[in-house]
Amino acid sequence: MSIGLVTAAYVVAAILFILALGGLSNQEKAKRAIWYGIIGMALAVGATIGTPGAGGGVGPLILAMIAVGGAGGWYVAKKVQMTQMPELVAGFHSLVGLAAVLIGFNADAEMVRAMAAVEAGTAKELAGFAATIAKKSAVELNILKVELLLGIIIGAITFTGSIVAYGKLAGKVTSAALTLPFRHQLNLAGAALCVILGGQYMASGDVTYLVLVALIAGAIGWHLIMAIGGADMPVVVSMLNSYSGWAAAAIGFTLGNDLLIVVGALVGASGAILSYIMCKGMNRSFVSVILGGWGGEQQAGQAIEGEMVAIDADGVASALNDADSVIIVPGYGMAVAQAQQSVSELTRKLRAAGKTVRFAIHPVAGRLPGHMNVLLAEAKVPYDIVLEMEEINEDFPQTDVVIVIGANDIVNPAAQEDPGSPIAGMPVLEVWKARQVFICKRGKGTGYSGIENPLFFKENSRMFYGDAKASMDALLPHIG
Amino acid sequence: MKIGAPRETEPGEARVALTPESAGRLQKLGYECLVESGAGAAASISDDAYKAAGVKVVKTAAALWKEADIIVKVRAPGLDEVKKAPEGKTLISFVWPAQNEDLLAKLNDKRMTVLAMDMVPRISRAQKMDALSSMANIAGYRAVIEAGNNFGRFFTGQVTAAGKVPPAKVLVVGAGVAGLAAIGTSVALGAITYAFDVRPEVAEQIESMGAEFVYLDFEEEQTDGAETGGYAKPSSPEFREKQLAKFRELAPEVDIVITTALIPGRPAPKLWLEDMVKAMKPGSVVVDLAAERGGNCDLTVPNEKVVSENGVTIVGYTDFPSRMATQSSNLYATNIRHMMDDLTPKKDGVPFVNMEDDVIRGALVCHEGAITFPPPPPKVKAIAAQPKKREAEETPEQKAAREAAQLKASLDRTAKLLAVGGGLLLLVGTVAPASFMQHFIVFVLSCFVGFHVIWGVAHSLHTPLMAITNAISSIIIVGALLQIGSSDSMVTNLAAFSILIAAVNIFGGFLVTRRMLAMFQKS
Repeated sequence: MSIGLVTAAYVVAAILFILALGGLSNQEKAKRAIWYGIIGMALAVGATIGTPGAGGGVGPLILAMIAVGGAGGWYVAKKVQMTQMPELVAGFHSLVGLAAVLIGFNADAEMVRAMAAVEAGTAKELAGFAATIAKKSAVELNILKVELLLGIIIGAITFTGSIVAYGKLAGKVTSAALTLPFRHQLNLAGAALCVILGGQYMASGDVTYLVLVALIAGAIGWHLIMAIGGADMPVVVSMLNSYSGWAAAAIGFTLGNDLLIVVGALVGASGAILSYIMCKGMNRSFVSVILGGWGGEQQAGQAIEGEMVAIDADGVASALNDADSVIIVPGYGMAVAQAQQSVSELTRKLRAAGKTVRFAIHPVAGRLPGHMNVLLAEAKVPYDIVLEMEEINEDFPQTDVVIVIGANDIVNPAAQEDPGSPIAGMPVLEVWKARQVFICKRGKGTGYSGIENPLFFKENSRMFYGDAKASMDALLPHIG
Repeated sequence: MKIGAPRETEPGEARVALTPESAGRLQKLGYECLVESGAGAAASISDDAYKAAGVKVVKTAAALWKEADIIVKVRAPGLDEVKKAPEGKTLISFVWPAQNEDLLAKLNDKRMTVLAMDMVPRISRAQKMDALSSMANIAGYRAVIEAGNNFGRFFTGQVTAAGKVPPAKVLVVGAGVAGLAAIGTSVALGAITYAFDVRPEVAEQIESMGAEFVYLDFEEEQTDGAETGGYAKPSSPEFREKQLAKFRELAPEVDIVITTALIPGRPAPKLWLEDMVKAMKPGSVVVDLAAERGGNCDLTVPNEKVVSENGVTIVGYTDFPSRMATQSSNLYATNIRHMMDDLTPKKDGVPFVNMEDDVIRGALVCHEGAITFPPPPPKVKAIAAQPKKREAEETPEQKAAREAAQLKASLDRTAKLLAVGGGLLLLVGTVAPASFMQHFIVFVLSCFVGFHVIWGVAHSLHTPLMAITNAISSIIIVGALLQIGSSDSMVTNLAAFSILIAAVNIFGGFLVTRRMLAMFQKS
């Protein structure tokens, strides 16, 4: 394959990737768009293997590696539960981060080898990447080192951060925020150390410094994500998604490969936008989410009047039977209890009884952007009755019954009514405007933000205590 | 000065304008309080209770009228009561000056200063002395209680061992103070409550009380209550027809109808006609709070409870507040006390009639030998005017101007960003070699494309988006593929391992995305 042909293949691959992402604008297009992505990837890999001077003589090794890795990926993807999507995505991110770090080290090794060859006058015998390096000027080499450092730092942060995120989402690490004393100072010190050691590496070219930088960056990634609590995970996962893209782009610069740069930038931009949407959904700045905890001093919230009134399945069922329009607001609690199938069954029965049933999804519901949509889709809830917050928020006053399943902060009226509340200004689903609200919840505890929810005390609210799945199953026989 | 409350002369009137509690407050304002013996008996307030509060109990009405400077009453005095009254007193009571011109003239002949409690304007500041509202509130509550008294079933739906009881359906016509109180009481008792009013702006209040607003499908510009001091206006014949048709539709369904529709200065509008009563189920109840002014229901007989041919009870009592005399005396006496508060700014026991004060001027109907009714319109509007529709206010030109301004602001912002970004690029360009700049351009353009493409992604597909970006970010495999051919075995090994994990990602990512997308189904 000539260089020109390889480049042409890269251009086609890049366009296919863009089409694959753009196709996600609607559910039906998306099913085709994924094939663009797959073809693009195959084209990119094929063209790279065919690149003159690369992969020479190791074809069988490459194929073996792809086969083994592919089989592993296939197995994991087949087996994974939809509720485990967040941790799967986080886990995959860590692999990209690790690959970036390894490729960065490789680049350094190749550079050392190329330099040695240039001095020995045997540069002409070099092949592949080393040969490209040998032709670089001193300035270009310095830039190469910076790119390499960036790739390794971002890659290492992505790697350890994603592993922690995976652990937290899978419940293997406590999802509570770890708050070490001086944690911001620790991060800053780590970052400063990275810069100093990076400078040393630039000056001396000693790989030891590079290893140290990678270790420190890894520690920062670990500590950064450890300090973030469970419900902020959508932002974290999106951010790591973004980082994995930037790591790929940085490696692309190192290797002088435009395809890597293009795809890295696409993925980086995608993650950044998702993080932005999530932050807007919580009305918090990106920095305050990443630095962990709810910013600022907690002001004394307004005193809440009234009491929480519990209700049993009979009561909820009779209200549902009398209602014409029902909106269901799912939250992370639904995912935890694996209640989506029961919710879907309830929806089916209510719709069969001629009632309007819709779902209202808050942007930060769950632990991953769009998490609730996927769970409901898995349970065969038609996607056209699953609506976004902006689409449905105005309909609550005309709604007879709202069922909140395992959600708390996203339906907290304090965000609108109490300027002193830590979540003041966060956009919320205005469920309290409906005729009746049933809140399906395990206990009386507060939500992730740790603040009381005045919704539970409103006159039209009833608490339906219990595990989400058990509660929904208890409702089913009474409906219809 | 002395404030005195005589016994009410109207038969059946159980209220009293002074209570021991309000007397205590009036004494603090510097007044001495008197009460006619037995005045509070019907409201369960004994002479001893008055005495304990330091109120002087006077034997006869004549003695009281003579001794007191200010007479406080509930009902307007009768003509012969006025005849006997000494000259130059101050009187505070309900007067209804518009309907009682004769009485007003007689009061004026006696050179009385008369403050009519029913003329207190409806502004926020005067709410504490708005006796019409406090009495209407009681009437609304009592109307539901009377209805329940004459209704043979529960209000609330119940499931008992002996069978299921459906909830009662209550329709409240007219959502003024009394109507809203009736709605609140009826909802609290558990009935399904509907409410109707000609003023669409009260729909929100009705719904906030837990009742359902009965909407009319009517195009006409409906009345804005703000222009008439929060009261209803007569409606057009077409509107009335629509309204009656709606009531006819509701009549067979509802168990209890409470009508409270009044238009100031006019007889009560007939809203619940004979045929609607006929359409109601036997045992149903109509409570007509407008009975005193002729009634909203055709069959209403004022002051009486009648049963129609088909067994519908029609309650036409006009003395609902009086039927709860203790409660209403308390509230009325407090209204009077607040009025005295405003009349006595110096707290020296001497009333001062301030003609500049909207509230006092409004209530004042006779003063210093002149009839001062009707008052000039108040300076403050009773309630806020309805917000006008926004579209109507904004002309197309204004809209275009506003949109142009918004566009300009956003373009300005973009221009600034471009300037800063361009500057930075130039800065990079001055130091970086050409080979780097080529890649850099690709990078910047890709970021732009990425941002544009991703904004178009449906929110519901964000998880598949993450999975697919996950898969394509393993394009990093290309880097490893480029390195694996190295003659350095360590490099080859690391590159091989990178290919392995990237392959996990590629296959896993694409497959899981496909799985997810396949699940999204349309109904």
